Amino acid sequence: MKTYIARRLVAVVPVMLVVATVAFVLVHLAPGDPASVIAGPYASADDVAKLRHQLGIDHPLHIQLGRWYWRLLHGDLGTSIFLRRPVVEAILDRAEPTLLLTTAATLLAVLIGVPTGIVSARRHGGLVDQGLMVLALLGTSVPNFLLGLLMILVFAVWLGWFPVAGYVPLEGGAWRTARSLVMPAVALGLVQSALIARITRSAMLDVLREQFILAGRAKGLPENRVVYKHALKNAFVPTLTVIGISFAVLLGGAVIIEQVFNIPGLGRLIISAVLRRDYPVIQGVILIVAAVYVLVNLAVDLAYLALDPRIRYQ
Amino acid sequence: MSAAGPVAGLPRAPGSVTLTRVPVRPEREAALGAPRRGFLALLGRRRITLVGAVLVAVVVVVAALAPVLAPWDPLALDVKSRLQGPAPDHWFGTDDVGRDVLSRVLYGARISVIVGGLVVVLSVAAGLGVGLAAGYYRRLDGVLMRVMDGLMAFPAIILAIALMASLGPSLRNVVLALGIVYTPRIARIVRGSVLVVRELPYVEAAHALGASDIGIIGRHVLPNCLSPVIVQSTFIFALAVLGEAALSFLGVGVPPFVPSWGNILAEGRLYIQQAPWLTLFPGTGIMATILGLNLFGDGLRDLLDPKLRGLSGGARSAS
Repeated sequence: MKTYIARRLVAVVPVMLVVATVAFVLVHLAPGDPASVIAGPYASADDVAKLRHQLGIDHPLHIQLGRWYWRLLHGDLGTSIFLRRPVVEAILDRAEPTLLLTTAATLLAVLIGVPTGIVSARRHGGLVDQGLMVLALLGTSVPNFLLGLLMILVFAVWLGWFPVAGYVPLEGGAWRTARSLVMPAVALGLVQSALIARITRSAMLDVLREQFILAGRAKGLPENRVVYKHALKNAFVPTLTVIGISFAVLLGGAVIIEQVFNIPGLGRLIISAVLRRDYPVIQGVILIVAAVYVLVNLAVDLAYLALDPRIRYQ
Repeated sequence: MSAAGPVAGLPRAPGSVTLTRVPVRPEREAALGAPRRGFLALLGRRRITLVGAVLVAVVVVVAALAPVLAPWDPLALDVKSRLQGPAPDHWFGTDDVGRDVLSRVLYGARISVIVGGLVVVLSVAAGLGVGLAAGYYRRLDGVLMRVMDGLMAFPAIILAIALMASLGPSLRNVVLALGIVYTPRIARIVRGSVLVVRELPYVEAAHALGASDIGIIGRHVLPNCLSPVIVQSTFIFALAVLGEAALSFLGVGVPPFVPSWGNILAEGRLYIQQAPWLTLFPGTGIMATILGLNLFGDGLRDLLDPKLRGLSGGARSAS
């Protein structure tokens, strides 16, 4: 078990190294001198030189890269060119809505997807199964931002049940925050629940064909016990994997949904940074998002230990 | 999968003997022959795959014939008739500067098909290169796959946004950014197949006969890795259509004047109360395309990759 944990922890290092390098390379992908591009055609040579210094691109490439890793190791993501404040601060300021939205959407996707998959697997081949799977297939074909727009149209514009857009921070009351996040979370999570339902169904179907399920039924265990205690526990490993991946997809999706619903989160931060070519902010946001994703997947990998004893003895 | 076996899908009577012909190039037959023969049978057997194929075909035809089908110039402004609802003159209504939405949606199909097709070409070419190299040359494996893992650690849309920031908004750059983002998906699949194929006896035999690495990879390894790549290509096509729409919707994709579905939706968002048709029509276009590709891809997977049957990933929203 210790080897398993150690192996998983060590595997994070090269991935994060590549992530950091990709973030570094981004600035240098732009054709021409990034500082001149950011400063615009009317900037003086002096201003461009200052900007080059601020971006740290006034040194040879290998020194820039070395400094970049060194700064990251110290938690320093640099200073935003336009916001004129440390990138870490800007990100922390905007993290609340994005994390709440992503977590709510993930919960929703799991709470809808897993039971749907189980019901479908129990009624394999029947009308309910076919109906649910057609719905799931349709669900995976709707882009979340489109679903968001349609929900605004129906539930905010036509029915008036929810605000059209906007976000109420937690300070303004948890209930009001929750209300402002209902539509965005549904738009984001519903589509993902379709995928989770399909994976859960197929994992459950695989497990329900196993001998130990037959043995359980043969010795007269109640069907619910067979399904929920014995089958579900075994089927949950692939499901958990897809939930981990879902979190990344939803974190990416949140960027778009924030734009649809005017939510001032990390998505709005990175889009405004892209439009102003504020590279330190872009680099900071993608680094943090990738790190969160890597850590969530690490947590998922470690959760296998609790679910599947076979891994503990590897 | 063997081309020499009985017809795929038909049960074989117990104890029956099948006369087989000896294929000239078994690996090539296995990779390409069976799917070609079984494909029409699949469409006949699975209506849902046929629905997918028809949807995809309609979108491709619309994209090809957009200049013929579109009743108006998609860029022509007519401010006097701005934000008009669907009417005989403008079946899908007009947008905020009076452009015909039907014409723009038809031309939007063109952008989607071009982006989808080119992203598939780019990511398959790069993914095959990386995957073959990583799978075949063990020394390269560690480095190449760590780079692929690192690229996959970013949510796809976020990496695409960041790449667009550096490359600048244009159709070419959207293709480039999405191509880079989806390359690791192909590379991983190809590497997995290569690791299996390279250990097979006929590859060893080719080695013993003195075939060069390039020859072995090109003639024996590559053809046997293609099936899962073809399946994945349909999903990458769908993800690219979604990705382009999402990038353009966010204002970092193709330039705003280009009639792409994402751009029309972005304008539609501002007028969602007065002009819902700006959202509904391009939205239907996107959904039909993605649904068609998902159905088609699922069917192809069942045909080419029976091991994965039922484990559909499909194209996930927001890629």
